[in-house]
Amino acid sequence: MAYSIQGKTGAWEVVIGLEVHAQVVSKSKLFSGAATEFGAEPNTQVSLVDAAMPGMLPVINARCVEQAVRTGLGLNAKINLTSTFERKNYFYPDLPFGYQISQYLHPVVGEGVMTLDMPDGTTRDVGIERLHLEQDAGKSLHDQDPNRTFIDLNRAGVALMEIVSKPDLRSPEEAGAYVRKMRTILRYLDTCDGNMEQGSLRCDVNVSVRKAGEGLRTRCEIKNVNSVRFVMQAIEIEAERQVELYESGGSVIQETRLYDPDRGETRPMRSKEEAHDYRYFPDPDLLPLALDQAYVDRLRAALPELPDAKKARFRVLYGLSPADATQLTAERELAAYFETVAEGRDAKIAANWTLQELTAMLNKRGLTITESPVSAQQLGALIGLISDNTISGRIAKDVFEEMVETGGDPVKIVDAKGLRQITDTGAIEAAVDKVIAENPAQAEQYRSGDQKVTGWFVGQIMKATGGKANPKMVNELLKKKLGG
Amino acid sequence: MALDIATVRRIARLARIRVPEEELPVMAEELSRIMDWIEQLNAVDTSNVAPMTSVADMRPHQREDAVTDGGVPEKVLANATDRVGNFFTVPKVVE
Repeated sequence: MAYSIQGKTGAWEVVIGLEVHAQVVSKSKLFSGAATEFGAEPNTQVSLVDAAMPGMLPVINARCVEQAVRTGLGLNAKINLTSTFERKNYFYPDLPFGYQISQYLHPVVGEGVMTLDMPDGTTRDVGIERLHLEQDAGKSLHDQDPNRTFIDLNRAGVALMEIVSKPDLRSPEEAGAYVRKMRTILRYLDTCDGNMEQGSLRCDVNVSVRKAGEGLRTRCEIKNVNSVRFVMQAIEIEAERQVELYESGGSVIQETRLYDPDRGETRPMRSKEEAHDYRYFPDPDLLPLALDQAYVDRLRAALPELPDAKKARFRVLYGLSPADATQLTAERELAAYFETVAEGRDAKIAANWTLQELTAMLNKRGLTITESPVSAQQLGALIGLISDNTISGRIAKDVFEEMVETGGDPVKIVDAKGLRQITDTGAIEAAVDKVIAENPAQAEQYRSGDQKVTGWFVGQIMKATGGKANPKMVNELLKKKLGG
Repeated sequence: MALDIATVRRIARLARIRVPEEELPVMAEELSRIMDWIEQLNAVDTSNVAPMTSVADMRPHQREDAVTDGGVPEKVLANATDRVGNFFTVPKVVE
């Protein structure tokens, strides 16, 4: 069922477009040789070009161009062999030039398509309008002094890709899926690290509402939303505000707003109250960027396997569900880990263990997949032990915990602790007989038709065997003995 | 093309140039003359001519991605009027 906002006058559809600002992975800035590394001492990674000293000339970074083209290719987009840089004029203290070098009429990347993976396993295609290269601004710190704003220009001039979607998104869930998928693709390509906390991936959200069948109404732009959760919340809150406004006889004015998660509201940004009038014009310091088709083809041929292709391969090769395949391919490192675990083993068990036990353990400890205390080879070996009935799934969880604690080898742990599953019929039979003999009342209950006690019996027998009895054999023997 | 006073006031504000109210008419007249000149240029049909971006037919030089600059905070901050540590400061910008 389609998402809508229920107002007094009926259902309202929500129309969403997203602008993602992605900081390009490069050693140096877009137009200067200063470093881009995050967290350096203030103003130590600033060249005189970045500080807008008179007479300085920008020279473009070849790697940044390459990263933008590679990202365009990853978004199935048209690469424009000629593009131009323009000056976007506005005044702000962290923008020393008084303008941002950006692309406007002729961006380096044109229209493309991205496929969203929805939580229910379905997919949906969303149009990409364009991708252009531009400079990031410096950083303003407002909380260092009661009367002054502090300015650090280390970020000024770092390359950004602004990626604009078509207004194809219709719900907060789709917008969330869009940001997640964008992040996944950028990280696969290694063109942006996707770190939303450090601000290397930021979102502006355009929201409008309409009645079914209408054209587009006036939109508002919510600036600088810095997490997937906030993107989803901001859309819902802003759409509700617009519906209330229309239904109380008002109208929406096109403006820039901020989302305040603490108060759960959006409000107009004072600094952007003046109508957008950026007076773009071609930057006379920069010649148009000209690329060869051969160069683009070379970059295309060298792209890594991208998330959609990997997901399709995982589904066919490992027989995984769409949801499992999506989750396992969300991060390149997780996908590689899984492939090692699954090599020569039951892929379904490997997928379950990777997505459940392993992921839960990593989340609990705040670790990433590359920091896992259990290697993919070790987890693979554990799954081997489950598949060949050396241990049960239940015992495997204990062994896994031990592996996490000690980093030990699963086979050694199983042997040292004597955890090998009892598959000897005689031994299990003896345990079953003993438990039945000791509990005549429950046995009678079963025989009189109340099979609910089966679970209780299995529990007792597992307890008596230290959890090592093969559960399938226990069930079969129990049924035979009690039923007989 | 005649620019009116209100437009000139707005352009001045966008450019952060303070123009006293009494100078606006003079400014409007001067800017209007420049616009007239541009209109004269626009009369030439250039629909089949690609924009000329340089007198020489050349492509921009692309730099190798290497850190070759920065590490000069003293130079960067040399003209700062109200420096605190290694920061520039400006009157508080409230959001």
